[in-house]
Amino acid sequence: MSKRSNHPLMSPAMKMADLMDLDFSLLGVAARMGLAFGFGDATVADECGKRGIDPETFLLICRVYAFEGYRPTRETLANARLQDIVKYLHLSHAYYTDVVVPELAGALEKTIEACQERQKAVIWKFFTDYKEELSKHFAYEEGKVFPYVEAVLGERKDRQFTIGEYEENHSNVEEKLEDLKNIIMKYIPPQCGQQDVYRVLFYIYTLEEDLAKHTFIEDGILVPVVGRMENHE
Amino acid sequence: MSRRILIVVPSSIAAKGLEQVFSDLGEFEVCAILQDLSGPVEVQLRTMAPDVIIVDPSVYDFASRNSIKARIAEYTDAAVIAFAAQPLEEEVLRQFEGCIGLMDSPTAVIRKVRAALEDRGETPRADGEELSQREKEILICVARGMLNKEIADVYNLSIHTVITHRKNITRKTGIKTVAGLTVYALLNNLIDMNSIE
Repeated sequence: MSKRSNHPLMSPAMKMADLMDLDFSLLGVAARMGLAFGFGDATVADECGKRGIDPETFLLICRVYAFEGYRPTRETLANARLQDIVKYLHLSHAYYTDVVVPELAGALEKTIEACQERQKAVIWKFFTDYKEELSKHFAYEEGKVFPYVEAVLGERKDRQFTIGEYEENHSNVEEKLEDLKNIIMKYIPPQCGQQDVYRVLFYIYTLEEDLAKHTFIEDGILVPVVGRMENHE
Repeated sequence: MSRRILIVVPSSIAAKGLEQVFSDLGEFEVCAILQDLSGPVEVQLRTMAPDVIIVDPSVYDFASRNSIKARIAEYTDAAVIAFAAQPLEEEVLRQFEGCIGLMDSPTAVIRKVRAALEDRGETPRADGEELSQREKEILICVARGMLNKEIADVYNLSIHTVITHRKNITRKTGIKTVAGLTVYALLNNLIDMNSIE
């Protein structure tokens, strides 16, 4: 019996182009995973195969993005390939750090150009502090959590960490972003550049929404899957 | 239930005038009018159990004028509003939850008393989005990096009340973090750059 995808709308046998068409946020997932656009009639399984990605795991990530409030079943989690989850999380960090945050910074810089010096200074400081916090958060995951997951996968025993510790230390990076959103939306001084405010808000929303999915993949998929592996060895 | 108001004003004309403002509203009830509050009368505050005390600071001598609220707080947790028959110094004024002036209109008086009661977290809040004066004051403290305990001490409020104010500030502004509130305070000219850090 072939492995059944647990959402009828998404299956490894469907065309990749049709999958992408379900929800445009999936374009980001595909791009980050290195899938090459120009899919033609290739199926999800074909395209994932080219990149050595498990199609079910790819679809699991897609469901998190496409269906609000999606919660995977135990069975789906049991079949997820951890390497691909970590790969996705890692590539997402790079995307936030190298693409979204610099775009946001550029737009914000232009927006506050016309503000008074002190207003400019305080908004910019808030943003750079947030940026700093975000990189620290990512650095912790890159430096401590992901290597640990690799160790679990490699069944190495020299580990001084548990995934539970990660869950406890998993800081909330969304609060400050929401504050920034409200500061720009509600309190940006009218003399500040209006033309770039839209771009700032667009990138904030992009980041906010993606980070929410990202956090769910960490807390709702990575943590339970690794936790189960810890207990079953 | 109507709010109990204690008036402590040496001028009987002024006291009568205040009493008049609160009569016939149902919302308030003047439970007593005193001409002095220093000395043995203070103890009576416990049994009177007022919700609001309107006090003319001149009933206290100069030396104790800066600690009127603190003295009253030993007996009751009533909101304390100054009645300024003459202009009051900033240091004296700061301790009160409001200040009523001789020239205030009756509606202004009512508004100030309601605002002071709001500080005690007792009246259901009108769901305005504008920060109240007290909320602004607390926001400024937060932006300056003060802890809830320190803010409570400065304004003679309970920590619980400070937390309620902070929740309302966050609800109204949409801003949760201290860093974000600092930006808000600065953009709205509530603080200047020099007073942070």
